[in-house]
Amino acid sequence: MIYLDNAATTLQKPPQVIEAVAEAMYSLGNSARGTSSGSLKASRTVYEARVKIAELLGCPNADHVVFTCNSTEALNIAINGTVFPGDHVISTDLEHNSVLRPLYRLEAGQGVELSFVPADANGHVSYDDFEALIRPNTKVIVCNHASNLTGGMIDLARVSRIARQKGILLIADASQTAGCIPVDMGQLGADILCFTGHKGLLGPQGTGGMCIREGVEILPLKVGGTGVHSYSKEQPSEYPTRLEAGTLNSHGIAGLSAAVDFIRETGISTISLKENTLMRRFYEGVVQIEGVTVYGDFSASQRTAIVALNIRDYDSGAVSDELSEKYDIATRPGAHCAPRLHRALGTKAQGAVRFSFSWFNTEAEIDEAIRAVEELSA
Amino acid sequence: MREKELKLVITFHTTTAAMAMEKACNARSLPGRLIPVPREITSGCGMAWSAPPESREALEQAACSEGIEVAGVYQLTI
Repeated sequence: MIYLDNAATTLQKPPQVIEAVAEAMYSLGNSARGTSSGSLKASRTVYEARVKIAELLGCPNADHVVFTCNSTEALNIAINGTVFPGDHVISTDLEHNSVLRPLYRLEAGQGVELSFVPADANGHVSYDDFEALIRPNTKVIVCNHASNLTGGMIDLARVSRIARQKGILLIADASQTAGCIPVDMGQLGADILCFTGHKGLLGPQGTGGMCIREGVEILPLKVGGTGVHSYSKEQPSEYPTRLEAGTLNSHGIAGLSAAVDFIRETGISTISLKENTLMRRFYEGVVQIEGVTVYGDFSASQRTAIVALNIRDYDSGAVSDELSEKYDIATRPGAHCAPRLHRALGTKAQGAVRFSFSWFNTEAEIDEAIRAVEELSA
Repeated sequence: MREKELKLVITFHTTTAAMAMEKACNARSLPGRLIPVPREITSGCGMAWSAPPESREALEQAACSEGIEVAGVYQLTI
């Protein structure tokens, strides 16, 4: 199989990630639950992973790295823990349903006001719109770092400057960028940066988290056992315990830790360059094929390794199915949980076929995928 | 049960701080190990750093230089 659905999850993982998970499953007890050797080993594993993630994503304090089971959980915690009745939130058309649905629920149930920075037919947003949409009660801007549909990016540093001037919190969704391009929450100016472990970070599914700037208050989504302050009726207020009720996925976190080692040893710039080169090669190969429409902007110097396209007026699901059945090429058709951007691109009915690349893809695979698109377009 | 002896016990608010302490001590070859918090004291975190009393200064210095927040420092016969 040629696996080109890495924006959904990376299927090929570094072998040391798989080995780390297996080793963890043989040897780890429950993190933060006593000082037996198994429990301590789990606590050490989780702690080392926090330190590595903090370094990789530019979080000043390792204890402000909170583990969750994925980006969706991190975004739910971040949004529901900072937005309350009477608040106004600004977000964008580039967001995934993991942002949109928590926001829509707050709008319907809590009377939270929402505004969205619109995307144009190329997936661009205007930074002036962020400023124009600010109201006196704007509490939070929730903003994607890169679209999971087009790979187009938003200049978060620019958004954060706008937010900071008005004392507005910036929640950044780095689901598509963490591990793929250099991400530094300080440089981006994010107050809360949400990430997932199983995409660009090359870790196991069921891992993810959030990096929190010191001083940012988040109401916990879950409360429960933490291994500390057991007689208190309230969830401990200190991060990361504050947001980590229940047993952590220390087996998965062990794998994520090994994945971060792999990324650091390989070099994130090296990974970024390779993925970008593969994406450009594919783009150049398909963009001139008659009947192919490619979505998004490829003139920007920085974007993630995604090419979303359609062939003529064919159903994107049928094209993806043909790619799988006839060529054994894995892609993702349909709406990609990005309804607002599909509307902006004019692809609500047709969807799009998304090709997304990873460190483990090769030029030969890209060329085979280009040939497949050529044949299906003929 | 083993014979009780005087120990220095350092407590923390979070498990993360306790793990940071262990790492800092290992890096500096400082004595001690993580133990469950003795019942004589209460602490946020369920584990504490236990070490010989004479290592107090070095341990506090290690915690301070690593920015590790200590909840309490005790001398207990445990």
